[in-house]
Amino acid sequence: MIVKESFDAPEWDRREIARYARADADDPRIAALIDECIGEAEAVLDYRVCYTVSDILREDGKLSFCGISSDSSVIAKAVNGCEKLVLFAATVGAPFDRLITKYSRLEPSKALILQAVGAERVESLCDAFCARMNTQLEPLGKSLRTRVSPGYGDIPLDMQLDVFRILDCERKIGLTLNESLLMSPSKSVTAVAGIGAARHISGAACADCDKKDCVYRQ
Amino acid sequence: MDLRDYLKQNILILDGGMGTLLQERGLLPGEQPEGWNLSHPEQITAIHQAYYDSGSNVVNTNTFGANRLHFSDEELEAIITAAVDNAKNARELSVGTQEKYIALDIGPTGRLLKPMGDLDFEDAVSVFAQVVKLGVKCGVDLIMIETMNDSYETKAALLAAKENCDLPIFVSNAYSENGKLMTGASPEAMVAMLEGMGADAIGVNCSFGPDKLAPIIREYLRCASVPLLLKPNAGLPKSVDGRTVYNTSAQDFASITGQLVREGVRIAGGCCGTTPAYIEALVKNIGDTKPVVIEKKDRTVVSSYTDAVVFGETPILIGERINPTGKKRLKEALRANDIDYLLNEGNAQQKAGAQILDVNVGLPELDEPAMLTKVVGELQAICDLPLQIDTSDPVAMESALRIYNGKAMINSVNGKQESMDAIFPLMKKYGGVAVALTLDENGIPDTAEGRVAVAQRIIETAAAYGIDKKDLIFDTLAMAVSADPQAANITLKALRRIRFELGAHTSLGVSNISFGLPKRDIVNAAFFTLALQNGLSAAIMNPFSAEMMKAYYSYCVLRGLDLNCESYIRFAQSVENDMTVVDRTESAVTESAADLQSAIVSGRKEQAARICASMLKETEPMKIVSEHIIPALDTVGKGYESGKVYLPGLLMSAESAKAAFEEIKKTLVTGSSENAKCSFVIATVKGDIHDIGKNIVKLLLENYGFDVHDLGKDVPPEAIVEETIRLHAPLVGLSALMTTTVPSMEETIRQLREKAPWAKVIVGGAVMTEEYAASIGADAYGRDAMDTVRYAERINALITA
Repeated sequence: MIVKESFDAPEWDRREIARYARADADDPRIAALIDECIGEAEAVLDYRVCYTVSDILREDGKLSFCGISSDSSVIAKAVNGCEKLVLFAATVGAPFDRLITKYSRLEPSKALILQAVGAERVESLCDAFCARMNTQLEPLGKSLRTRVSPGYGDIPLDMQLDVFRILDCERKIGLTLNESLLMSPSKSVTAVAGIGAARHISGAACADCDKKDCVYRQ
Repeated sequence: MDLRDYLKQNILILDGGMGTLLQERGLLPGEQPEGWNLSHPEQITAIHQAYYDSGSNVVNTNTFGANRLHFSDEELEAIITAAVDNAKNARELSVGTQEKYIALDIGPTGRLLKPMGDLDFEDAVSVFAQVVKLGVKCGVDLIMIETMNDSYETKAALLAAKENCDLPIFVSNAYSENGKLMTGASPEAMVAMLEGMGADAIGVNCSFGPDKLAPIIREYLRCASVPLLLKPNAGLPKSVDGRTVYNTSAQDFASITGQLVREGVRIAGGCCGTTPAYIEALVKNIGDTKPVVIEKKDRTVVSSYTDAVVFGETPILIGERINPTGKKRLKEALRANDIDYLLNEGNAQQKAGAQILDVNVGLPELDEPAMLTKVVGELQAICDLPLQIDTSDPVAMESALRIYNGKAMINSVNGKQESMDAIFPLMKKYGGVAVALTLDENGIPDTAEGRVAVAQRIIETAAAYGIDKKDLIFDTLAMAVSADPQAANITLKALRRIRFELGAHTSLGVSNISFGLPKRDIVNAAFFTLALQNGLSAAIMNPFSAEMMKAYYSYCVLRGLDLNCESYIRFAQSVENDMTVVDRTESAVTESAADLQSAIVSGRKEQAARICASMLKETEPMKIVSEHIIPALDTVGKGYESGKVYLPGLLMSAESAKAAFEEIKKTLVTGSSENAKCSFVIATVKGDIHDIGKNIVKLLLENYGFDVHDLGKDVPPEAIVEETIRLHAPLVGLSALMTTTVPSMEETIRQLREKAPWAKVIVGGAVMTEEYAASIGADAYGRDAMDTVRYAERINALITA
């Protein structure tokens, strides 16, 4: 079953926005610009998620879920020790993309900050979704593992085709996949997260990532 | 019975869900249900039959996702043929005695249209057209476009259906929790567009149960004058023991949906989670309820892709600034294909209070249909106001109306038979509200009675085309009062009679009245107030004119149209600020060159423009550029290169410099000057719709004096080559974000080498590296915007040397 949910605005993280924009959060001009962008973005942001929970089947070193067969070692590691996983798609909506497009033509500095706002928003939405899932899983003695997405590490980007087919993203949350396998609206995430025995959740951490030369690495 | 006739007298019952029933019969998650028409025809037939047996008048073929984006042409033909056969068989087998129809079901493509996505509008039309043609060939009775969550895609589907059949067309949208479509359109905006285009019935389906759809369909009931359709889900799904169960029972579903039918819904059925039991309960609940008579609402409405603007008591302001007549700077922008300038004008007018934007790009040397279509598309990507398409060329009018997302205003039609014969068919096809000028073959009548008579004839002719008076807005033509002292009186008298005797809405190009007089704003504002008092519904005017805006806000407050005087107070506060600004400018002699530099370096845009404007009174423009603006930019550029200034800071400075340049451009006759550098063609390559990086590079290149020709995004190689040849441009910059579009970058370079071998090509974008750039044959790799500026300066220096 595909479930769709909407969310209230997660708490804002201005430092994170500055980090995504590669700007100095302590510069008062930047801080003012971020505030201005948040003010305009708030009116159009719309937080939506659709998801399904699936058993994980393991055979001949491959694993499969929702009818998707995967030999990605990143997914294998992420769901290690889990019998089920959640497959989800999250978006902050098309009207926000229009805002970026608008300022991309009129004021590129704001477009740049809005890009960062979108990145921070959709990640915060994923965090909010995972937190909600964890609340439901807690009584069962379970919790979510770190989420991983198509295109990350050795997870092929064309897995998006399966993800969109299974989650019916267009109908559920208005999320589409274009010919180049990029998502529209652009500020969106698809991901899988293992459901395993309860443990302290560390969140998506740079320390776990193999890409050591990433400019955003903390 | 003919379906349209049946609908006039009866409530039409639709079918219920298909997907949930197929899953119960073994359809796997993610499996395409349309394939079951061929692999399990008996199952599909059985479901259709069960719906007919439970009382449905209409079943939808199992073709929701059947289109060429998901299936080959052969598969598609086989699927649709089988799907219609299955429905026909069910109709034969059913024991029900009611009227039975088969609807060709059309769902969304699953792709988002440009400008937000990558599917071209005309491609979407052609995807839907193919489905419609196949369905019609197979003998369906109506077209059911449903679960559409984007207004533009809805328009594409409706247009395709209208162009390829005469069958009744029903159009149903799926709304989100916030009561809007996923891409932002309100129910009122959708009603305006779909009714305008002539859908036979419109409505709402999917998303929620009937309780949560009730407010949305009630909004439709308030606005619409066509039969309304409602097809709710069986509530929300939850998983019980691994099975999907919906939380609204058949009884509850039937009683809420039945209630909405008694409130005026004419066509009802169910969507996800509903079964024949739900339809049976609904039929029972409705019983022999008499259909509610559909009231004609007589609302004059235009819409953008999100919002509707309604003509009523509060006058509507139509911004007139995007029109090259008498505007040197705009003409120059149009000739240079500088669309950004027009977008800025649009945005500024919206901020100043315009509710609709007039768009006129007519210049003798331009290809008007192409330019108008382009500008309308680009404006709609950044601005959510409805547009008034202003052209005397019917070809340009049609091409712009076709791609317009919403219900446009049309400027204009008049009493000449030729004009009405050109414009009314377009209105009938694409929808729209037309400004109707009260003139005819004999010119402009010089009496009010004459103009009213022309208006009457226009109303009669429109009616013959099936166009209602509510979609006409009469302009009684303001003429120069300096030439005829009775000019204003005649215009106002005609205006009053048309509004209050003929009961039609009115509009004026207000400023014509003062032609030939000094300080025209003063007369314009007084005439505006008089016209408002005489029944003016809308004015085509300059929203930057303080006098006009003062008249407007005062009128609204005095006529009790401005609740708590809120709009007036907000406006009054801005007037005060403006006056302060003016005062400061007057005394700004002390704001010096050093201040301009610091305003640019610290990214204070308004201040930079203001200081520059005041410096221009005493300093040579080029001196300001070379001695103040360029040094400031260099300071910031160097700071960026050494890592002291971040990209947002660099951009804020660049935008401030641009604001200063705009002031300078106002004083120069043409863009050419001793400081100008060579031309630079820039584009995001074909297949790629990401343009922020390209826009940043463009901004900086302009700052440094390059003659930048921006071709936009998703640009085919041929267009880039053509522009490079046309300008004999020494520099071409190409941008690509995705690995998948690098091949089209490579192809562009190949064609440039062949046809414009003189051009140096610099490439950039997220996927680019030095090596990658070299491997596809580029001359240089631009690491970032400043890097590209430096390269361009080196090439420019070589040329000048």
